[in-house]
Amino acid sequence: MSPLTREAFLLRGALAVGATYGAGAVSPFVAAALGQPLTTDVTILNFALNLEQLEAAFYADAIDMAPLSGDVLRLAQKLAANEQAHVEALTSAIKGLGGDPDPAPAFSWGGALDSQASFVKTAVQLEDIGVSAHNGAGPMLQDKKLLATAGSIVQVEARHAALVRALDGQPPTVAAFDQTLTQPQVLELVARYIQD
Amino acid sequence: MEETNVSAPGGLAHRLASDPSSRKRFLKMAGGVGTAGALGLFLAACGGSAEKQADNHIPPADDLGIVNYALLLEFLEVGFYEDVLASGLFAQSPLLKTIKLIHSNEQEHVDALASTVEQLGGTPVKDPKADFGEVINKGDKAVLALASTIENLGAAAYLAQAPKIQAPDILALALSIHSVEGRHAAALNSAAGLPFEVRGEPLQGSIPNGPFARPLDRDAVIKLLDPYLPKVANEVKEAPQ
Repeated sequence: MSPLTREAFLLRGALAVGATYGAGAVSPFVAAALGQPLTTDVTILNFALNLEQLEAAFYADAIDMAPLSGDVLRLAQKLAANEQAHVEALTSAIKGLGGDPDPAPAFSWGGALDSQASFVKTAVQLEDIGVSAHNGAGPMLQDKKLLATAGSIVQVEARHAALVRALDGQPPTVAAFDQTLTQPQVLELVARYIQD
Repeated sequence: MEETNVSAPGGLAHRLASDPSSRKRFLKMAGGVGTAGALGLFLAACGGSAEKQADNHIPPADDLGIVNYALLLEFLEVGFYEDVLASGLFAQSPLLKTIKLIHSNEQEHVDALASTVEQLGGTPVKDPKADFGEVINKGDKAVLALASTIENLGAAAYLAQAPKIQAPDILALALSIHSVEGRHAAALNSAAGLPFEVRGEPLQGSIPNGPFARPLDRDAVIKLLDPYLPKVANEVKEAPQ
């Protein structure tokens, strides 16, 4: 691990890029990363873990409680298994860094599990948020090996997003570049599902 | 932050500052909540004394090679979808909209990557102008099968490169493309009627490797593309490693 603080590391990267391209080319992605309150790899992985816990719980509860059938049920079962695997991988990665994995909070789904349609719409929202959250946090990771893990997870999240979007009659993507979201943006978007 | 600080011609910040449609696209990309703050930070990061302090930094050489390699893959995808659209094979298909969307996404990737290569002081690889006539002559099923494989291949190729990228903003750009390739792959594999996974076929299926996507290094990607696209191999082998 570098003795530099993360902020210094990122700033150094941004400055190098700015110098290379001539000041004008530092991308919005770096600025978003600089604005992140995430400061260590453990913090970043715990943020990712919380999102995977949210998704895993959502699909597990949906299978138990929502009136799902056919392709929707089949996909929900697949997604539930994938998200649970992500939870386990992130938990073990956090422990591997000597950190404490955050326990899963209690969730509440409002009316999201009342119908197949509301389930699909909520799944689209959660998967799209997951992709943007992972993409926003990825460049903050200091250990490149963790980036390989995070990348292998986010690609699967993107695949989930496309598949649930298809069930909702939506195109697989809204843009050529997936937007990035910072941790506060993500927390605001998912706050309604987290019980106090 | 004064916009006059954001003045490098052709730079991303310059385009955002001077071109309302670029700015709109950025705002859309940066998302809803807190967007103004993100834009402010972004502009702040671009100006001031930053460039003066960092005169000695040189770009990581590997990043240029990676971006050019990505550009080449995107050229192939754009060329493929162009040929597919021109063939009229999907003119009456409900898939036409998706194919058009993916084609336009890939074109945007080409534009972004080519301009990044230039910003890094490199020369963008040329469009290999691969010929997909043989596959297209076999009909829509063969086309869809190749599209499914190409998108899975593209996603795996980006995944392999991401941890090798040094500059954080190039990494972020690559990640934002990588996940879109994953979306394309899932959509096309599903449209091709493929299941989540196909045993023994890591490049077939909408979620072909289970919960964790597998990367594919450059040599493997080239080897897989070689039979279809013999011209590609030389281009990539010549690209800086």
